[in-house]
Amino acid sequence: MPHRFPLNTDKAPNAVLEVILRLKVKDAMSKTIFSAKKNDNLRQIQHIMRDKGVTGIPILEDDRLIGMISVNDIISALDYGYINEPADNYMTKSLIVLEDDMPLSFAVSYFDKYPYRRFPVINKEKKFVGMISSRDVLSALLHELNNEITELENKLNNGRNDVPGSITREYSIQKFDFENAGKASFELKKILKGLNASRQVVRRASVASYELEINIAIHSNGGKMRFEIDESNIIIEAVDFGPGIEDVDLVVQEGYSTANEWIRSMGFGAGMGLSNTKRVADEFEIQSELGKGTHIKSIIYLGGRDEA
Amino acid sequence: MKLSSLAEKTGLKILTNSETDPEIESGYTSDLLSDVMANAEEGSVLVTIQAHKNSVAVASQFDLPAIVICNGRSVPQEVIDTAEGEGIAIAQTKDNQFEISYKIKKAIMENAL
Repeated sequence: MPHRFPLNTDKAPNAVLEVILRLKVKDAMSKTIFSAKKNDNLRQIQHIMRDKGVTGIPILEDDRLIGMISVNDIISALDYGYINEPADNYMTKSLIVLEDDMPLSFAVSYFDKYPYRRFPVINKEKKFVGMISSRDVLSALLHELNNEITELENKLNNGRNDVPGSITREYSIQKFDFENAGKASFELKKILKGLNASRQVVRRASVASYELEINIAIHSNGGKMRFEIDESNIIIEAVDFGPGIEDVDLVVQEGYSTANEWIRSMGFGAGMGLSNTKRVADEFEIQSELGKGTHIKSIIYLGGRDEA
Repeated sequence: MKLSSLAEKTGLKILTNSETDPEIESGYTSDLLSDVMANAEEGSVLVTIQAHKNSVAVASQFDLPAIVICNGRSVPQEVIDTAEGEGIAIAQTKDNQFEISYKIKKAIMENAL
């Protein structure tokens, strides 16, 4: 009995089923692949395995997959003394492959059906495009389920405690989750448009909310965006779980930034976030404690500014 | 002016499907998203080298109907898919930010005549 993949597709809850049908093999597969040619000898392939820490090497001719060499093939070659011979004679040629557009559920059932730990992936044109291991499947599933559950939690928490004349919303923001950063702000924009707030007010609230939301993703260990809208105020709060800010006066200065190189390369971290937020807000408060976290509250008057 | 005719005049290659052909009123050129949020006018095309999903999110949040990616930088398919979902057009150019900004401004002004 091969080791079963630990997911029973018949009994899984709808959210899980939905995820493994929506995700495609190409969303989970590894695209950085070390391959070899049929005339490469098994010794060379063994060295690729050793240097790159992989246990299966696809053998390609142009973009086409013509075979696989596994660690077991290498062990046999060492055992029987043909390690210096070309891959062509010893590679597995009848291969079980997945197509990149198949739902991830196919991969799950393949791991169930066959004893292999990884499958090559080809596209519609039969070109080799990647490899998928059970580890790839699990991390793609975890990532997607995390998003799914965050969304479900947000739905559950929101709308329940609204009192007449007031709307409250709360959204969890994960560290470095640039994929979803901005979603909470987009919800706020929808609510404000629904309330017929003026364009300037929507814009100022969007700046404050988006900057604070991105800040949680960039700088904190994760946190929450909280919106409270009553008859006269839009209260936008960002609460995070650390690491806290040493000098809060310094961080609201324009141009001050602690962002690293890759964050900057994405167009964030220019040191404009908090100064922008402060500028658009009618009221602005920041509290922070090192090791605990930061709480920023910005209020924008729903009726706009007195433009005197 | 429509993005499609702007593209014809300036040599932009539109990557999103033709369903999204917004009206472009003006433009804003920046690679800093905070700067875009603070200063880009609604209805502007965003001229940038930031070919990732956060540019799309900022464009969507601040009503910038199109993004032009400069220097021939490649745009990942998932970014194009996200943009289509948000109704934001993405176009690509081999020009740098300075050159394409000039061409876009010129085309918009000529169109207004």
